[in-house]
Amino acid sequence: MAVEGNAIDALSQFELGTVGGAIGASVGFTQSNLHMVIAGALIVLLMVIGMRPRAIVPGRLQSVAESAYGFIDDMVVSQVGPEGRRFFPFVFTLFMFILFGNMLGLFPYAFTYTSHISMTFTLAAIVIVLVTLVALSIHGMHFFSYFFPEGAPLWLAPIIIPVEIVSYLSRPISLSIRLFANMVAGHVMLKVFATFIVMLAGLGTIGPFLSIMPLAINVVLVGFEVLVAFLQAYVFAILTCIYLHDAVHLH
Amino acid sequence: MPQLDFANPLMMSKLVWLLIIFGILYYVLKTYALPQVASVLDQRAARIAADLNAARDAQAAGEAALAELRASTAAARAEAQAAISAAMVEAQAAAAKQAAEINERLSAQVAQAEAQVRAARDQAMGALREVAGETANAMLARLSVKAPANDVAAAVDRVASQGAV
Repeated sequence: MAVEGNAIDALSQFELGTVGGAIGASVGFTQSNLHMVIAGALIVLLMVIGMRPRAIVPGRLQSVAESAYGFIDDMVVSQVGPEGRRFFPFVFTLFMFILFGNMLGLFPYAFTYTSHISMTFTLAAIVIVLVTLVALSIHGMHFFSYFFPEGAPLWLAPIIIPVEIVSYLSRPISLSIRLFANMVAGHVMLKVFATFIVMLAGLGTIGPFLSIMPLAINVVLVGFEVLVAFLQAYVFAILTCIYLHDAVHLH
Repeated sequence: MPQLDFANPLMMSKLVWLLIIFGILYYVLKTYALPQVASVLDQRAARIAADLNAARDAQAAGEAALAELRASTAAARAEAQAAISAAMVEAQAAAAKQAAEINERLSAQVAQAEAQVRAARDQAMGALREVAGETANAMLARLSVKAPANDVAAAVDRVASQGAV
């Protein structure tokens, strides 16, 4: 399916389809959603089965679960402050959901649900709506002073206020495009070099030797993609924390 | 690009399912999974704190016992020192008393002996005067000199008192 004639088809991996037969089709349950369910199940299994021993000195799986917990807990507390603890479950869910989606997408035949802009934008929109609601509930109407920094000359207001509003509204866009673009670029590159392997291997006697080069590149790329998968989940989570900090403290 | 094909009805249904799955995951993690992790971490922190406290208490107890030991050693040493010096003072007093007693007795004996010596000398002196008087009388009788007895005795006394004897 990757090679149709001599064309490289790197984008068909992102096409949506339904799973679960007629029932899945009738409720529009896509393979993207199936992978979300798998990722969610893995997260819950990691946290529940990993913590089951409740050991004082943790074993391997418990260490993973505890370090994931401690990593996000530290992030939330250091970025938002101690009062940000109540956002911890949300940030933890967000981080693990994106991380497992990115990692799961690296398996062959798997679908990367974070490679859809509509999906990443929905998550970013949840974050921005949450941040705005938190800011409004804590500061009330005083929240709108966020768009005009204190001490700025009043005559600059016509410039500063639109700029601040645009920058505030562009947050979900940058947040969602960053994740989406990174995942798409990585998977397109993997697919392109994988296609090269097949195409070069078909070039007669010398082909299999030539195809080692794109294979080597792909091996490196997979390692790189693991890094990107973690990094993008981290960036999404830490930006969420920074926005929450702004919402709680207003600058 | 399939991601930008917003006409696809699956695009919207996918997002609805996303919200449902994300919501369920959030609920499960928040109410069940994460509190469990927190309880294990709290338990560990409590255990570590308790162990640290126990160690600190044991250290304090050890230091107290050491201080007590030092104090009792110092007290015992002071007591022993006091007993030694008391015994020394007592012994010195006893020795001084004994020495005084011995001195007294010795001086009494010395005085007694001196008295005896003086008595013996006086007696001897008396006997000598008698012998001298008799000798003088005998010499005078041999020389056929008549002299009154009183004069002879007076002469002997005079010579004896001059210390010639």
